[in-house]
Amino acid sequence: MKKTLRIILLSFLVLLALLFVYVPVAWLVISSISSRSELLSTPIHWIPQHPTFQNYINILFPSQGTSEVAKTFRITLWNSLMVATSVTVIALVFGSIAAYALIRLRFPFRQTLLIGILGTRMIPEISLVIPIYLFATRFGLFNSPIILIITYLSFALPFAIWLMAAFFESIPVELEDAARIDGCNRLETLWRIILPISTPGLVSTGLFVFLTAWDEFFFALILTSTVSAKTVPVAIAEFTGRYVVDVGGMMTGGVLAAIPPVLLSLIFQRYIVSGLTAGAVKG
Amino acid sequence: MQRKRTLAQQDMLVGFALILPSFLIILGISLQPILSTLYLSLFEVPRGINLQNTFVGLGNYISLLSEPIFWATIGRTFYFTVISVGTELVLGLAIAQLIHAHPPGWQFLRTSLIIPWAVPTIVNGTMWRWIYNADYGALNGLLFQLGLIDKYIPWLTRPDMAMNLVILADIWHSVPFIALILQAALATLPPDLEEAASVDGATAIQYFWFIRLPLLRPAILVALIIRTVEAFRAFDLIYVITNGGPANGTVTISFLTYLEMFSFGHAGRGSALSFLISLFTLTLAFIYIRMLYRPEEK
Repeated sequence: MKKTLRIILLSFLVLLALLFVYVPVAWLVISSISSRSELLSTPIHWIPQHPTFQNYINILFPSQGTSEVAKTFRITLWNSLMVATSVTVIALVFGSIAAYALIRLRFPFRQTLLIGILGTRMIPEISLVIPIYLFATRFGLFNSPIILIITYLSFALPFAIWLMAAFFESIPVELEDAARIDGCNRLETLWRIILPISTPGLVSTGLFVFLTAWDEFFFALILTSTVSAKTVPVAIAEFTGRYVVDVGGMMTGGVLAAIPPVLLSLIFQRYIVSGLTAGAVKG
Repeated sequence: MQRKRTLAQQDMLVGFALILPSFLIILGISLQPILSTLYLSLFEVPRGINLQNTFVGLGNYISLLSEPIFWATIGRTFYFTVISVGTELVLGLAIAQLIHAHPPGWQFLRTSLIIPWAVPTIVNGTMWRWIYNADYGALNGLLFQLGLIDKYIPWLTRPDMAMNLVILADIWHSVPFIALILQAALATLPPDLEEAASVDGATAIQYFWFIRLPLLRPAILVALIIRTVEAFRAFDLIYVITNGGPANGTVTISFLTYLEMFSFGHAGRGSALSFLISLFTLTLAFIYIRMLYRPEEK
């Protein structure tokens, strides 16, 4: 009897937690498929009577009459994808070789360097933005995706080094010693032995870096001005600031911007939980 | 002798070569900028192009520290940080324990928690801003239909209310992060601990306070420090939900720095402010790193 009561109580709490997670998201999705008149009705239409996917069609398959909002979203989604992917690749390549050296090779100032690199990850973006802005305007990189890629490395690279270092630490040294005895040098060992078994670490690190870059807002807000470099968070924030113009379109943009990170996180769920516990830091 | 270097020398060479690219990138895009920001904070920077900066020493810092607006901002920043991180910790711990008890649906709940964590911050903010909308928002709609309010409330027009509503959006995003970290930590505790404690006559509450909580301490500290650093410099949510308003009611220190730099045109003062933020976060980061890199005692 007491046990049944406990299960009922716990199930109720699970239900509450699930409502906490899903109610806001559900409203985001519902708003994106509601017509304008239903969105602006009182009392609220919780379930749209005439759901429409027109907002999605406008953004994904623009035609002549497509609104400015829809066009902007389409381009900025593409910019975000380009920037986040480039940052991920660069951070993974340079970050993993640096992490390997910091963890496995003996050389002067190793520990100091490692801690210093971890420290730079904590530097707030706002403390870097003025010099980067001046640099960008001087070298004609303002409003270009390249400056975003370079700038995002300021958090992505230390982050990648940190995560990969934690991962390399968990690989038994004996494995490498065996390879060394068989005559491989350091680089061969790294390439033939370490890299192949590092796939989980690379996937998890790549995922975190991609999500953080996709999420980034502040640098993009300051360093871009038109759709030639604007990322999707900047586009969304701009439309939010205006009057209630096209709520449905905005919510659709939001759903589309959320789909890549949410899907990736759900697919690679177990990497996320292990990455979080390894000291990962995307809050 | 010349041709074959010792293993140690070879290691050192390879090591430096592997680190060099990362080192140069970090030098160029983190260390150089933060040092020039520090340098800039010692100057009065006029608005126009090609005007000379005037050296003012610690003048920017002194004038900031003597202004009530600075202290009001610090107060709001601490309010935001303490309330959001505190609530997130309590709720996150509760949800972690709930999952750990393995009630029906616990796996589904654990998977679901990833969603708010993965939704981009700006999307999160936009979503809540729409929920809080005075005329058509879901919050008003819901409370009205439940009979809890008799007319729609313009939520974001009262400074204290606006601040709490931004905090709510932050909580929605970050509770899952803490819950996921803590439930992973709980899963590593020995499973027969609770049984042993209850055999020894410990009540559930005693077990929680004297056994489980101390064992979770390292994970809680890590989550706490990461979240505190983030909350202290929160910008994105505030920008998109309230844009600092109403009546500066949601201007925290990052937002004030942004305004000084890009709206008021005070690059020097903005740099001084941003350096104060760095100082605070780097101190916390230092504590965090010390905790992670305690001599191999784990």
